[in-house]
Amino acid sequence: MSLLEVDNVSIRYGDNTVVDDVSFSIDRGESVGLVGESGSGKSQTALSILGLLSRQARFSGRIRFDDVELDKATEEQLNRVRARRIGMVFQDPMQALNPYLRVGRQLRAVLRCHELATAAECDARVMEMLERVGLPDAQRQFRAYPHQLSGGMRQRVMLASALIAGPDLLIADEPTTALDVTVQAQILELLEEIRDDTALLLITHDLGIVAGHCERMLVLESGRLVESGPTTAVFAAPQHAHTRALLAAVPRIDRVDIPPPATGQSILGVDGASVSYRERGKQRLQAVKGVNMSLRCGETIAVVGESGSGKSSLVRAMLGLVPMESGRVVYAGTPLEGPVERRAREHRRDLQLVFQDPASALNPQMRVRNIVSEPLLVHEPGLSARARLKRVNAALEQVGLADEYLLRYPHELSGGQAQRVAIARALILGPKVLFCDEAVAALDVSVRQQVLDLLQRVQADTGLSIIFISHDLAVVRSISHRVLVLYMGRLLEVADNAALFSHPRHPYTSALIDAVPVPDPVVAPKKAPLRGEVPSLLNPPPGCVFHPRCEHAREVCSATLPPMRDIAGTRVACHRADEIDLSR
Amino acid sequence: MSVLGYSTVRISGGILVAIAIIALVGPWMSPHDYASTDFDNLLLPPTLSGGHPFGSDSLGRDLFVRTMMGVRVTLLVAIVASIVSLVIGVAYGAVAGFVGGRTDAAMMRMVDTLYALPFIFFVILLLVAFERNFLLIFVAIGAVNWLDMARIVRGQTLSLREREFVEAARLTGVSTPRIIVRHIAPNLIGIVIVYLTLTIPQAILVESFLSYLGLGVQEPQTSLGALVNDGVNHMEGASWALLIPAGLLAVILMSFNFLGDGLRDFFDSRHTS
Repeated sequence: MSLLEVDNVSIRYGDNTVVDDVSFSIDRGESVGLVGESGSGKSQTALSILGLLSRQARFSGRIRFDDVELDKATEEQLNRVRARRIGMVFQDPMQALNPYLRVGRQLRAVLRCHELATAAECDARVMEMLERVGLPDAQRQFRAYPHQLSGGMRQRVMLASALIAGPDLLIADEPTTALDVTVQAQILELLEEIRDDTALLLITHDLGIVAGHCERMLVLESGRLVESGPTTAVFAAPQHAHTRALLAAVPRIDRVDIPPPATGQSILGVDGASVSYRERGKQRLQAVKGVNMSLRCGETIAVVGESGSGKSSLVRAMLGLVPMESGRVVYAGTPLEGPVERRAREHRRDLQLVFQDPASALNPQMRVRNIVSEPLLVHEPGLSARARLKRVNAALEQVGLADEYLLRYPHELSGGQAQRVAIARALILGPKVLFCDEAVAALDVSVRQQVLDLLQRVQADTGLSIIFISHDLAVVRSISHRVLVLYMGRLLEVADNAALFSHPRHPYTSALIDAVPVPDPVVAPKKAPLRGEVPSLLNPPPGCVFHPRCEHAREVCSATLPPMRDIAGTRVACHRADEIDLSR
Repeated sequence: MSVLGYSTVRISGGILVAIAIIALVGPWMSPHDYASTDFDNLLLPPTLSGGHPFGSDSLGRDLFVRTMMGVRVTLLVAIVASIVSLVIGVAYGAVAGFVGGRTDAAMMRMVDTLYALPFIFFVILLLVAFERNFLLIFVAIGAVNWLDMARIVRGQTLSLREREFVEAARLTGVSTPRIIVRHIAPNLIGIVIVYLTLTIPQAILVESFLSYLGLGVQEPQTSLGALVNDGVNHMEGASWALLIPAGLLAVILMSFNFLGDGLRDFFDSRHTS
């Protein structure tokens, strides 16, 4: 008999069916991936197992867990199953952990609720668990509050609290989506290690994670289960069109067509850019330090790095949205100085930005027509209303939106449509350089590919230059000509796309590439290439900022700052770049 | 869904409109006049046939007409005081919040200073300094109420300023006043309306309180507060003189509160999916 059996489950909110007749089962010790795009009903399915649906939800179907009929269980019976027999890990550990409880008490509560340990034994059990999940300095973290931990450590604590009662099933809902790839690799590895014979239901949008960590997979599309089967079989021969579309939309970092290097003239350059912010008191947080780069006409430069690497700060400083501490920006031969408000009109129209989250980048009170036409009002005030509307229509058409969207409000658009509107607004003035700050990170894979195609098409048509910030190396690989690797605000490596991915020169670059999950069950997931997380920017390590996490570090690395060197066309800041071979 | 789709808006708005119409038309329909006394008919109980549907007061004046005059004054307070606090408060708060830095600090410290003045004392001073004027009371109330409005609007503006659509507008080259008008102000509507529905009842209560103290409107003019004050004196013999204006005051205050709730729901739902 299987451990969990979900039979004909449907969940409705009013007239809206979010889960439609879904059935599946999970055996003891098995790991199953539940995949789907946003709104496909994967989280709702998981919540229904634990009886956590909101009160408005109308549920039908049967859910049996071992010997308990969960759909008919009372709250009391459910409480005996929750945490004790089914553990749950959520996407955002900051939301899931109580900010007022110290880590130790948080975990103790699980043991005490289920009377699994006497008060005296509790602390020892909790400590043991914290050590098992690899929390560094567990003694001290035992007394820490969640906000004092980093994102990765919080997720370790979350995992500890889900597993401390020794459940038979662990439900993990996008457990690594909020984390950097390098930390994601660590958490996934940990999940494998400590799960033992606990069955796993892993909910994710990332096919790479499913390929590496799940034996079986279920694919949801708008609430319907469209495909299920062993992961290898589904990847090898997907049966349903939706599965095929999902697989086709995922860029493979290990085999992808890369654009040839661009050869235009330099259009935008930065020289010694530094940005710092004042933190509490007099401390200065050095977000960007001494970065040089130059962008050619018609070229796409990707800026990659973990969160806190200074990607966004660099771009915002170039645009004049945050003050630059030192360094200069030169656009088409003219230096750009001061905040954006003081820059020349034509420079402002030539440099445009697309933000990560379209929901926050569009004014919720304005209709699409007014959002897209606003730049025209500023830069071409003489335009008649009719001419303006024509331009707006043309801009929307360029991003593939029909004029029926003109009168919509942003909340009436899907994520992909909203991002297209944001791109239309950025393109309507015909800019020369487009900055994209994680512009596809918030989008579903299928939509993501469309937006990337759109950007490449516009580039081919207009010779647009693009600075593309991303943490997703697979995406970077598929669209960029050159790549800039930032870490703690320092530039570590600059290389052509092809060179960077085949011959990375910096150990950090190599680790970033290895951390990306490959969407292929035949390729065994690599061991997490980096330990620990990014140190505090308030207190950067001496010498090479990366040395505390670098497996190749020598004494010299902690003593002196490595200079930028040129090795076979790659610029790299590493003392040992010519000694170590990181080619793949 | 239109704003009238919200039952709270429909019902409370309907009640307010009905009260306002009766207050405007009622005195004109009645044979009595709000100021003329009738010493043969003191403290009559409410009767429909006797020509005094709300009874009469201790000077024999018709209470229906006087109550309606009181409602007019009360609603006028609500409108004038809230417009004053709305205009000053939103403009001041939005500018302080958006410009930020030293300007913000200076502007908000001034608000703090004004806040420290004892409010009632301030209104009384204003009333003494200028000739007692009907409108002046309301303006004074509004001019004091804007302080809260400014603080709330500033706080909201501070968070809106960091939103990416404001950054996008700055990048495009939209001027600061235009950003405030086009991007900040429309996003303040929800919170401003909620706050207005809190200040309107407050203004009405302050006016009632001032009238109760004898500092508000002057006899023979009246307001709901002054009528309640009168009614209290005859509470035992003629309870209607207290209950009718007090009841109306309560209905008006609650209607404003519900109206605000409903409007907030409407504005929230319009811009979130």
